[in-house]
Amino acid sequence: MRKFLAYFLTFWALAVVAVVGVAGLRGSTSRKPPLEFFSDMDHQPKLRPQTTAKFAGFADGMSSRLPVPGTVARGSAFEASEFNTGKKADGSFVDAMPVPVNAALVARGRERFAIYCAPCHGAAGDGNGVTTKFGMAAVAKFHDERIIKMGDGEIYNTIANGKNLMLPYGDKLDPQDRWAVVAYVRALQLSRLGKKEEIPDAVRATLK
Amino acid sequence: MSDIFPKWTNKLPLMAGVVGAVLGVSVLAGITYYFTPKYTRVGYQPKQPVAFSHAIHAGQIGLDCRYCHNGVEKAWFSNIPAAATCMNCHSQVKKDSDKLQLVRDSFASGQSIPWVQIHKTPDYVYFNHSVHVNRGVSCVHCHGEIQKMDEVRHEKPLSMSFCLDCHRDPAAFVRPNELVTKLDWKNEGFDGKKAVHDWKVQPGQSCSTCHR
Repeated sequence: MRKFLAYFLTFWALAVVAVVGVAGLRGSTSRKPPLEFFSDMDHQPKLRPQTTAKFAGFADGMSSRLPVPGTVARGSAFEASEFNTGKKADGSFVDAMPVPVNAALVARGRERFAIYCAPCHGAAGDGNGVTTKFGMAAVAKFHDERIIKMGDGEIYNTIANGKNLMLPYGDKLDPQDRWAVVAYVRALQLSRLGKKEEIPDAVRATLK
Repeated sequence: MSDIFPKWTNKLPLMAGVVGAVLGVSVLAGITYYFTPKYTRVGYQPKQPVAFSHAIHAGQIGLDCRYCHNGVEKAWFSNIPAAATCMNCHSQVKKDSDKLQLVRDSFASGQSIPWVQIHKTPDYVYFNHSVHVNRGVSCVHCHGEIQKMDEVRHEKPLSMSFCLDCHRDPAAFVRPNELVTKLDWKNEGFDGKKAVHDWKVQPGQSCSTCHR
C-alpha cells in the first residue's frame, strides 16, 4: 500500500510538473495566437471591418469597402454648401461661420482641438506642440496676424483639406466638428486680443 | 480454505478512493486554471509588421487615443488608423526611417499594413465600442495600460464573466466621460452611482444584450 502510494504520488507529481512545464502559467507572454478549446462559431464567414476578405469579388482583399464611385453615403457631406466647403458659390472663402456659435460648440471645439490640433499647434495655439520637439517644422501659430485676419471659411478649408505640409483632417473631423474647431481657434485668439471690459462682470470678479 | 482474494485487496477500495480523489481534483484544478481566457488569451503579444510603440505615442508624447482610433466614438469597432494618419507627422518626423518603410509604402499604394489583431471577441459577440466610450467606460478597462506598452499585449481576459463584472456593477467602473482616454486616471471621489443614474446607464445582463 505504502509502496503503491509512493509510486502513484511520484507519478502524479511528475505529471503535474510536465503539464505546467508544457502549458506554462497564466498570463505568460506568447507570440502565438490565443488557444481555442471549443471554437464553435467564434469565426464566422461574415466580414468584420478592416480584415482580410477571402472573397473573389474583392480583388484587393479588403473587407472594408470604399464607396462605389458616384454614390453618396447617407449623412455624408456631399453638397457644395457653405457649411460643407467653407466657400461661397463664387469659390471664395466665407468670412463668418455658417453655424450658430454657442458655448456647446466651443466646448466641442476645445475637446476636438485637444485631440487633433494641439499635438502640433500646442494647447494655446502657439505652434509649439509636442511634435515640434521631434522635428515638425513650420507649424502655424494661430495668434499670427495672418490667421487672425483669415476668414472662417479658409481655416475650415485648411482643417478639411490640409495646407502646405499639413495633411487633411477631414477624415477625422466632420463638417460640424470642423466649425467647432474654427470657433475654438477664434476663442483662443480672442483670449489674447480681448479687452478686460469685454469680460462679463461676474466672470471678471473671479479672475486675479 | 485458502483466500480467494489476497489480503492486500482489503485496501483496494481505500487506494481507489485516494487515487480517484487526487486525480479528480487535479483534473478539475487543471481545467479551472487552464480552460479559461485568463490562460488562453492573456499574454498574447504578436509581432507586428511595423514596430509601432504605444508607449512612445500615447505615453511619452501623450497623443489622445482618438487621434488615431478616431472612429471609436461613433462606430461599434475601434478603427486601426490608415497610413495617412501616421503620415500626418511622419511626413516630417523620422521621414527616412527604415522602420517606417511599410507605412510610406501603404500611404503611397493604398494597400493595408498587415497589422495583427490582438483583442478580438468571438463573432457571436456584438461588442459596441461607441456605447461604452460615450458612457464613461475607459479604454483601459479592457485593453490595460496601453500607454505603457511598447508592444501591445493582451492584458485582460475579455471573458464573459469579465464583461459581466462591469455589467452587474457599472458604478464601480464608470468615470467622467471626458476622461475615458486618460488611461492613468485615478478615481478620487467621483460618484459612479450618480453617473450611472444620471446618464441612464443600463448595461443589460440578458443574453441578447451581447449575443444575437
